[in-house]
Amino acid sequence: MSAVQEVVTEAPAVEAVPKKAMTLGYGTSLAVLALLIVVPLFVKNFIIFQMTMLLIYALAVMALNILTGSSGQFSLGQSAFYAVGAYTSAILMETYNINYALTLPISGIICFGFGYLFGKPALRLSGVYLALATFALATAMPQLLKLGVFEPWTGGVQGLVVTKPDAPFGLPMSQDMWLYYFTLAVSIAIYVASVNLLRSRSGRAFMAIRDNEIAASAMGVDVALYKTLAFGVSAGITGVAGALGAIAVQFVAPDSYTITLAISLFLGMVVGGVGWLPGSIVGSAFIIFVPNIAEGISKGLSGAVFGILLFLVIFLVPHGARQVSVVAQQLIGKLRKS
Amino acid sequence: MELFTNQVLAGIATGAIYACMALAVVMIYQAIDHLNFAQGEMAMFSTFVAWQLMQWGVPYWGAFVITLAFSFVGGIAIERLLFKPLAKAPILTNVAGFIALYAIINSFAGLIWDFTIKQFPTPFGSSPFLGSQLISTHQAGMIGVTMILLLLLFFFFRFTRIGLAMRAAASLPESARLVGINTSWMIALGWGMAAAIGSIAGMMIAPVVFLEPNMMLGVLIYGFAAAVLGGLTSPFGAVIGGFLVGIFENLAGTYIPGIGNELKLPIALALIIVVLVVKPAGLFGRPIVKRV
Repeated sequence: MSAVQEVVTEAPAVEAVPKKAMTLGYGTSLAVLALLIVVPLFVKNFIIFQMTMLLIYALAVMALNILTGSSGQFSLGQSAFYAVGAYTSAILMETYNINYALTLPISGIICFGFGYLFGKPALRLSGVYLALATFALATAMPQLLKLGVFEPWTGGVQGLVVTKPDAPFGLPMSQDMWLYYFTLAVSIAIYVASVNLLRSRSGRAFMAIRDNEIAASAMGVDVALYKTLAFGVSAGITGVAGALGAIAVQFVAPDSYTITLAISLFLGMVVGGVGWLPGSIVGSAFIIFVPNIAEGISKGLSGAVFGILLFLVIFLVPHGARQVSVVAQQLIGKLRKS
Repeated sequence: MELFTNQVLAGIATGAIYACMALAVVMIYQAIDHLNFAQGEMAMFSTFVAWQLMQWGVPYWGAFVITLAFSFVGGIAIERLLFKPLAKAPILTNVAGFIALYAIINSFAGLIWDFTIKQFPTPFGSSPFLGSQLISTHQAGMIGVTMILLLLLFFFFRFTRIGLAMRAAASLPESARLVGINTSWMIALGWGMAAAIGSIAGMMIAPVVFLEPNMMLGVLIYGFAAAVLGGLTSPFGAVIGGFLVGIFENLAGTYIPGIGNELKLPIALALIIVVLVVKPAGLFGRPIVKRV
């Protein structure tokens, strides 16, 4: 076997996404936003809770999208960052009595550091190896959390119970509804920040690395720095999502953050369309509702349904929800003309 | 000192499991230039097939041979049906395909054979080997099988036309096509062989870890750690890496306080990271030189 590889002819790990295609237009964004604000006023608490989870997973999927879609690195270990964020928030709230809103940035920063540090050895890897190393991280995480050494903080196998916050200032809202709007505000802030990040100098550096690492470094992009930075940012956002998840579910336990979660997030990204940030919410809806439907038909079926649907997506609509939305837009355009 | 020797021996015994899996991981990488996440699950499924055959009254070696043939054909079928159309797709799509395959096989194995733990027989017996309490005849047999497999693969890839053609197709597809190698079928053949090696690994491992749909997850991670340690380009390194990982795991469990059984996977993770930081090519691997 020849040890020399032709880099120039090698296909990029991730297909390039035009920068314009990464976001939605203003009109569509506002329509989606209005829908997200109005719907909870008319539905039951349980559905509000599910919508909260939808936003939280959408954040986590988007974090992975920033890593994979823009910087071209894989991660099957997002569940580990999600777990760290969730535990950080839970421990700060329960042991140190810190306000829940304040725990989010702390979780984000800790996860950023964790992701940045993990990104260092991951620099040596690309493509499938990176996927496998992060896969190892995700499988090891539940066992790390169960460690006896950390038990005074993590509560070991039993996990921790988190109190749900009340609506502040005596607002006449249920806890679920308050938490939903709180999550929505955080999600919008992070979404806007991410869009701006990708439009900035750093975002362009990410994309240059994704499309051709050698050309990027020739143009003066510090490849190692930006690759680890992408890992850090992605982990940080996932950490915030994890913290929100812990508050919403009111419970953290090692076995909620297994490899299945990481696979779900990865799946959500592929279904939503790699590199298309608004697709994250479609992907998130997919990973929340499809298993429920599948489990309703037969227990243990959700894995098979997930897998088969994933193959269908890969073969029929390789760009996921982005492709569907583009086709829909073209159809609408045709209808208008005729 | 006796404790130390005993632990090393026990480590070699468990290391044989990892060596088996690492060998499968590296061989597939050599043949198809991809790492297959569903490898462990494919091996698990094959092992279940062998178990089912034995339940129907087929003798061990009969079931062994039928399972090998089934895995070989199954591996080729999966490649032809699902992964051949993806050959030109970005790596991301391939990884997604492997993940999908992982989920499907795991879920179907659970549906067909449910999640209860099953006993799997061993052809070597489980009495102490050469009077030693630490290595059973099964473990000795497993080490033997791994070694034989390694030798066979070595000869196959070095001295047979088809083995050479497979290596050529994996490393430089364009040039291989120019000298008349049917690269597409070489990849299918690689999948078939990978599945067959995996099934051997599965049938050797099952008597130790017991048969259930999730039995391969930990083993796959350890197999990967072993492959990384030995060098992903070297089958010999993978086997040595497997034994080293086994020994390291046992010694760490004995001498470092606070590390018990529940820390097994984090050790593998730490090992992977340390090797990648200190010596990314592994102990026996060739560093990959890239021409720009």
